[in-house]
Amino acid sequence: MKKLVSLLLAVAMVATLLVGCGNAQTTTTDANASADGQAVFKIGGIGPVTGAAAVYGNAVKNGAQIAVDEINAAGGINGVQVEYDFQDDECDAEKSVNAYNTLKDWGMQMLVGSTTSGCCVAVAAKSAEDNMFQVTPSGSSVDCINGNDNVYQVCFTDPNQGAASADYIADNAIASKVAVIYDSSDVYSSGIYEKFSAEATQKGLEIVAAEAFTADNKTDFTTQLQKAKDGGAELVFLPIYYTEATLILKQADTIGFDTKFFGCDGLDGILAVENFDVALAEDVMLLTPFAADATDDMTKNFVAKYTESYGETPNQFAADAYDAVYAIKAAAEKAGISADMSISDMCEALKGAITEISLDGLTGVGMTWNAEGEVNKDPKAVVIKNGAYVAM
Amino acid sequence: MNKQLKDNLITYGIIIAFYAIMQTLSATGSLSSLFKGLLVPVCVYTIMAVSLNLTVGILGELSLGHAGFMCIGAFVSAFFSMCLKNSGMNSIVRFIIAILLGALVSAVFGVLIGIPVLRLRGDYLAIVTLAFGEIIKNIVNVLYIGKDENGMHLSFTDTASLNMSADGEVIVKGPQGITGIPNDSTFTIGIIVLLLTIAIVINFVNSRSGRAVMAIRDNRIAAESVGINISKYKLMAFAISASMAGAAGALYSHNLNNLMAQPKNFGYNMSIMILVYVVLGGIGRIRGSIIAAAILTVLPELLRGFSDYRMLIYSIVLIVMMLFNCAPAALELREKYSLKRLFGKKLKKEEA
Amino acid sequence: MSFWNYLINGLSLGSVYAIIALGYTMVYGIAKMLNFAHGDVIMVGGFVIYTIMNGAGLNPLLAVLISIVACTVLGVVIEKVAYKPLRKATPLAVLITAIGVSYLLQNVALLIFGSDAKLFTSVVNMTPISLADGQIVITGETQITIIACIIIMIALSLFIKKTKAGQAMLAVSEDKDAAELMGINVNGTISLTFAIGSGLAAVAGALLCSAYPTLTPYTGSMPGIKAFVAAVFGGIGSIPGAFIGGILLGIIENLSKAYISSQMADAIVFSVLIIVLLVKPTGLLGKKYSEKV
Repeated sequence: MKKLVSLLLAVAMVATLLVGCGNAQTTTTDANASADGQAVFKIGGIGPVTGAAAVYGNAVKNGAQIAVDEINAAGGINGVQVEYDFQDDECDAEKSVNAYNTLKDWGMQMLVGSTTSGCCVAVAAKSAEDNMFQVTPSGSSVDCINGNDNVYQVCFTDPNQGAASADYIADNAIASKVAVIYDSSDVYSSGIYEKFSAEATQKGLEIVAAEAFTADNKTDFTTQLQKAKDGGAELVFLPIYYTEATLILKQADTIGFDTKFFGCDGLDGILAVENFDVALAEDVMLLTPFAADATDDMTKNFVAKYTESYGETPNQFAADAYDAVYAIKAAAEKAGISADMSISDMCEALKGAITEISLDGLTGVGMTWNAEGEVNKDPKAVVIKNGAYVAM
Repeated sequence: MNKQLKDNLITYGIIIAFYAIMQTLSATGSLSSLFKGLLVPVCVYTIMAVSLNLTVGILGELSLGHAGFMCIGAFVSAFFSMCLKNSGMNSIVRFIIAILLGALVSAVFGVLIGIPVLRLRGDYLAIVTLAFGEIIKNIVNVLYIGKDENGMHLSFTDTASLNMSADGEVIVKGPQGITGIPNDSTFTIGIIVLLLTIAIVINFVNSRSGRAVMAIRDNRIAAESVGINISKYKLMAFAISASMAGAAGALYSHNLNNLMAQPKNFGYNMSIMILVYVVLGGIGRIRGSIIAAAILTVLPELLRGFSDYRMLIYSIVLIVMMLFNCAPAALELREKYSLKRLFGKKLKKEEA
Repeated sequence: MSFWNYLINGLSLGSVYAIIALGYTMVYGIAKMLNFAHGDVIMVGGFVIYTIMNGAGLNPLLAVLISIVACTVLGVVIEKVAYKPLRKATPLAVLITAIGVSYLLQNVALLIFGSDAKLFTSVVNMTPISLADGQIVITGETQITIIACIIIMIALSLFIKKTKAGQAMLAVSEDKDAAELMGINVNGTISLTFAIGSGLAAVAGALLCSAYPTLTPYTGSMPGIKAFVAAVFGGIGSIPGAFIGGILLGIIENLSKAYISSQMADAIVFSVLIIVLLVKPTGLLGKKYSEKV
């Protein structure tokens, strides 16, 4: 009996494989046509929508969706409609590559992803092999773009943010004794910390405590805060995401540690956390390209649409994804690509075009890209006053 | 042909047939990118399942830290490949050495960890293996190794403390891991390693040592009283199991461009996932492990059509499969309505 | 001064671990299974309280009571549907099913509540105690957690020693078949154990989320594992053992973060566990098992 069951299972597996193949064939033959036979551009997206990092993947998924809907409503790219599909990678590099392959079978021509740095590096290696045009909204590690001339970033690279933060603190004489609390198991956080500490030492800042936490141990920060407090830190630098930052602010308040906090773009979104007492975030400074309550029309429009569709206030991941889609659109229009081009030809055309465009997006005005794939835009320093971001 | 030999030949046959089908499909271009990309991971996880089955099924000890050995194998082999990346060495030769090195270092750790761990029993052993797995992951996450003209530099804090010269290269960068690993893993090599793994396990089980290990599993005291050296045989099985996990790790790391030790890929969750393959495939049954690992690696990918409900459906499938495969009531039911029996009845009727 | 602060933080964290570990150890001691879904029941408890307090605006105490009832029912249902059919199967099969249940709870919560972290409003409303001119602060959450932990431990010990149902649990844990022959309702006793364990998980959820006020579908999994470690540390199956194990684990974790390395705190905690188990192979207060030949 057992043998029979295993045999059946094996047969079932082969059958599913064949089904998979069958699907692949049908999708590849009409790779650039929608169901009703019209030519379309197919843009894929990758990020975690399940697992502990799901909040970031969901933001990218939704942010890009809004951009795609807007573009389609306005007549598409070069008059061609855009189809968009997003695949889950659970924040695992291997799964991210699987997601990439799934999208390839679907007929993806351009990629917005991956959301997280580690996954992005793995996917970039594969997309470079296929010469597929890739724009990552939030893969901020330098390894995402190093050596891959088909990959472009919308966010700042981690070292950039670390250096900019240290410079800002030193140049504006905000503090001289600094403590850092960072996530030592995270690429983004440790990447910023490393450059920050190097730059801070050069600029004459004294780092009195550099405390880490890990993905497995990120609810209790009292010990790290206590050490910063004992070290006499005038400012605590938080190169981390807002979820943990809310806890740090709360716990700092509990132990009576009254100090300045300074963060990077990961902190954006902190005011939108459900139930968060925004009074705790009073006077928190952050260097971020995007603030959800900015008053320009573009941000207002985006935030309104996002809140209406998904019931949440967008964070910088959503904004980066939105800009990523528009960057593709701008480059595609510049290069004049059409939907029947091969993926590689399309990539070559877009590579040339993206370095020539200048994009006014949510996360920056006049964004430009260099051939290495780095974005050039200005970080804005903002401070939280009365529960709202105020430019410094 | 005796029954055992036949049984083993079926196992090898399934794998070779699988390989042949996949290669043909791949050659004719009818294999989707997703499945092409899944071929190496399927090999990795089947090897992991077979090797854990040696610990759980043959040795009879519950290990929840198997991903730790995979982690060691992955990092050691990737480090080796990175060091010799630009040496002009033939990539296949380099990869074979990397796999062997990964397996060897894992085996050494298997012995080091096994000496204290195997003194414990049951759930205490399980929790200590889990602890070792987490320790390995944690240490790899704070490990920095760089190479410059003065040799190797090692640090447990950050890159700056490596004191590297200007043109040195940092190879292992803490949580950022190793980046730029050559993609040497191929389906062919994966299948060869898998076949070797199975051959080793089957031969071990049918050897004098293997019989000693199973005697210890079935009755430790009786085994001891007939003069079997308990510690030696237990360690032997544990180390072999660890080394194969190391080889799987080498395949894993050379399939991706970058390698990081995260809860997702080398944490206790992964160890448990591999345990799921073993239990679902049947404890102690090599072929079962292979089939279960292959199916469960592919299943979440096939469920992508369900988008948001994907992992929910996966978890329900897992529970139902366990109840169907292991619950005594379900087994009875299956026995009652089994195809064989229905078929048998039919045959009898026809005879009459 | 800092040392006392670290110690109090450790004590607070340790008490939460201890409450979770008490539930773990109860279920393990009687049903002889590692209930990996225990941590996720905590998460469910947290979400029930969150929904009631923020949606219906009810009193925190009432919310906690409703959450205890909800989790108790959930625990019994899980036991009936997923674990009971496997009672006579290999223990590993139940372990895997428990993992399946754990994934199921996480993904259902993900679909209902989304992936965004929710900030939990504390259910505790007590004034912090200030010592040494405000240099040492003991928060209301810490006080309640420690007190609740001690009360639960004592109540559980008394329950098992003094009541008929408790004695039945002891009997089932010693020998299921013999207990059945003595006329004990084994299935009923195991269900009762799951009910108590899950009710405790709801309490733990309320206190965990009050002390560390963040709530995601994955909130329960790591504390669940840590509590499992704590239960083993103290000797799994032993109620005072789970208490001591939890407290020690919390203190060691915080002191190693403070004085050794915050990066390696997890590794240090697990190393201590290994060393303890090598010296005392059945944990601090675990029963020695004698071998029958």
